[in-house]
Amino acid sequence: MATSERLVITATINGDERTFLADSRDSLLEALRERLDLKGVKEGCNNGNCGACAVILDGRLVNSCCVMAAEIEGSRVETVEGLAGPEALHPLQQCFLEGAALQCGICTPGFLMSSKALLAENPAPTDEEVRFWLAGNLCRCTGYDKIIEAVQAAAEQMRAQK
Amino acid sequence: MVATPQKPAYKVIGTRPVRPDGVDKVTGRAAYGADVVLEGMLFGSVLRSPHAHARIKRIDTSKALALPGVKAIITNADFPAQESGTLDLGEGSANPKWLVDNVLAGDKVLYHGHAVAAVAAVDWHTAEEALGLIDVEYELLPFVINVREAMLDAAPILHHDLRTNVRARNVDTPKDRETNVAMHMRVEKGDLAAGFAEADIVIEREFTTSQFHQGYIEPQNGTAHWNHDGQITVWTSTQGAFSVRDQVATLLNQPVARIKVVPMEIGGGFGGKIPVYLEPVAALLSKKTGHPLKMWMSREAVFQATGPTSATWNRVKIGAKRDGTLVAADVSLCFAAGAYPGSAVGAGVLCALAPYAIPNQRIDGFDVVTNTPKTAAYRAPGAPAAEYAVEATVDEIARALDMDPLDLRLKNAPEEGDTNSSGAPWPRIGAKAVITAIKESAHYNSEIQGDNVGRGIALGFWFNGGMESSSSVAVNPDGSVSLILGSTDIGGTRASLAMQLAEALGVPYEAIKPQVVDTDSIGYTAVTGGSRTTFAGGWVAYDLGQEIRKRLTERAARIWGVDISTVTYHDDAMITGTDKDGKEQRFTFEEICRRLPSTGGHIAVSAMSRRNTAGPAYAGHIADVKVDRETGKVTVLRYTAVQDVGTAIHPSYVEGQIQGGAAQGIGMALQEEYWYDDQGHLRNGSFLDYRMPVANDLQPIEVILVEVPNPGHPFGVRGVGEVPIVPPQAAIRNALRDAIGVNFYHTPVTPTRILDELLPRA
Repeated sequence: MATSERLVITATINGDERTFLADSRDSLLEALRERLDLKGVKEGCNNGNCGACAVILDGRLVNSCCVMAAEIEGSRVETVEGLAGPEALHPLQQCFLEGAALQCGICTPGFLMSSKALLAENPAPTDEEVRFWLAGNLCRCTGYDKIIEAVQAAAEQMRAQK
Repeated sequence: MVATPQKPAYKVIGTRPVRPDGVDKVTGRAAYGADVVLEGMLFGSVLRSPHAHARIKRIDTSKALALPGVKAIITNADFPAQESGTLDLGEGSANPKWLVDNVLAGDKVLYHGHAVAAVAAVDWHTAEEALGLIDVEYELLPFVINVREAMLDAAPILHHDLRTNVRARNVDTPKDRETNVAMHMRVEKGDLAAGFAEADIVIEREFTTSQFHQGYIEPQNGTAHWNHDGQITVWTSTQGAFSVRDQVATLLNQPVARIKVVPMEIGGGFGGKIPVYLEPVAALLSKKTGHPLKMWMSREAVFQATGPTSATWNRVKIGAKRDGTLVAADVSLCFAAGAYPGSAVGAGVLCALAPYAIPNQRIDGFDVVTNTPKTAAYRAPGAPAAEYAVEATVDEIARALDMDPLDLRLKNAPEEGDTNSSGAPWPRIGAKAVITAIKESAHYNSEIQGDNVGRGIALGFWFNGGMESSSSVAVNPDGSVSLILGSTDIGGTRASLAMQLAEALGVPYEAIKPQVVDTDSIGYTAVTGGSRTTFAGGWVAYDLGQEIRKRLTERAARIWGVDISTVTYHDDAMITGTDKDGKEQRFTFEEICRRLPSTGGHIAVSAMSRRNTAGPAYAGHIADVKVDRETGKVTVLRYTAVQDVGTAIHPSYVEGQIQGGAAQGIGMALQEEYWYDDQGHLRNGSFLDYRMPVANDLQPIEVILVEVPNPGHPFGVRGVGEVPIVPPQAAIRNALRDAIGVNFYHTPVTPTRILDELLPRA
């Protein structure tokens, strides 16, 4: 196993500083799932095409399958597991639920993180802007309409809360 | 049979509650197949064929086994030998011999990506590394990808023992000739020659469709533990836990009593997650290593080796009178089954002409093996390709007769009592109601304007399924009701079945606590597929609801000391009567539940249902498209899906099924297809190159729900999931004809194919 090396990585994961051992070949996706047991991060393609593994890395939306675990030393990573507060779901989560914006649910964590990144950058997007932003996230069940509606409903709630 | 001619005033049905599994799915807690973690778990990976067709001469695993961390390697030879036979999968069937050879190749690999050997190792990276150290010697064989070429006498033969199974009368097929045509079936009624003689116009056209993949976002997976006591547990994402149990039992030659399948949450299936791929391999590796073992597929492997649809080659000949009456139809469907027989051509045959009442017809279907992955069910399996060909031809007839395409369809639409292609009478169906709803829709009555803009319509039909479902219900003293399901929940099953039980009992939706359990914990339940689950599971929920109503009524009668006949269970779950002293009494549902433990005990009941009264589904779609003549790009400007859904239990999920199905159909119409090179290699096995619609490819899909209740269901339920994938290919193709005056005869109509027609030829 000459290609393998063990790495000790320290990063802030959903607000907590975590130190973990990784394989030098681990992607961030693998590290989150296998080393940190954050199984909400989903593998759909492992090559950056589907967005199921989307997380926010230092404020930037990334596909975690396309980032090496070794690259996150000292970084901040946000995953779907960090979205909800202790008492309530995030407005995006609540709107996805109420708007039937998921069927099988496997793409949902990625859509939620992508949508969160979108609304951080553009709190009042048009439907067209939502569709373009979410073009990196594949959903095969819904045809996207209810997802777009849920993101807009959440955006409205979040604007009202400000 | 329960007739529901008018929609009753339902309290729960028709509302849009949050699904019981919803919070877990938006917080990342829902456990899918790949999320299973077991103590001491190993990881497995599969070596796949680099060739389309080759004999395996030798497999040398010694170098791979010497890699530190590698625990075991298996090949086809490690499986028990299988005899040919028939194994029911729930939606289709399989020959165990072919199934095991597909799971790990036998003496030959039959397609690019065919599994050859499987490795167990301490982690995934090590397993992957070991694959590169397995040395396989192949003898290359000629291959055939195209269905039409595979049918030729001179075609390379995939299975030398295969003979055509003829399910047609008066067909002259040599019985002892090697062939790739596994089956020829024919359905006919009326007098075809007389029908065509009656026709004023006859149009005959030929169509081909590419191979499409279901495209679920979650790759196949399988985790297994073969315990030292011989008990085997399998955790997997599947549409049918019992189907997996039966397949694994057969392939491992173990009694079903030894196998428990735990269905994990499933990340999409669309028919593709019914056959087993990894589960039996994981089980065998677990036996060999003494550890539980998890496997999952790469996306490339999903494309290369799991059930896509058939590529097809179809011919349609239809005769019509000048007034638009369709009098005769002759249809031939040739479906590539992939490496082993068993395409969905049979369903295609029975669906092809179902949107029309045509008195004289003949439909032939051919199941053909090719050096491509074994096909699996995909949403209304067989119907999209068959009905696309018919709907395109009917459109050309309307044009030739200068008739409105919708009027032509309305004139020939079947209704209750008309016979279907096999001669059986239709039950109550919504074909005319759907066409009428299209006619009245805002979309159809809107103007389309501009150059290179056009509108098309097409109909779709799917049978919907019945089959077996089982459930158990326990009534709790706090008035809550637990509902145990055998059906895996692929997109709202827990909610739609809980709603039907709530309706049957007259209690709020929130009182029902549904959960999906493993195969040791509930009676046999067929796959979640065939648009059967809301129908069949709803029947069980209804039956259980009636039984609980009866038992609670009995209990009230006992408490009041009177005969049960004097006690009434009302639809709002209030129980009323007069006690033995003549005093009027009443229990709310909660009140009687609270009394259960002290008045004879709790109530729990189980039931299995197998009804053959599924109500067929009709759909009609309207597509407006715009063609960019410079790039060949097609933009769908507006899209409306109209569908007879029987009764919409949870309208949001019904709409979601229709929007999702239509989106998949639009993908088939315009952009998705398998690409093989001249070596028979699949060249686009990724989501980047197999281009499924993304959010900005689509405009909102408007949905119009038509509710013609199914008289064969207590709540009028028809299935809804499958038929929406049927009309899009023809609706868009017909819209393209309207937009640019070109009839296309192949799907998908990619920009390249548009430009081939629009650019001046050299």
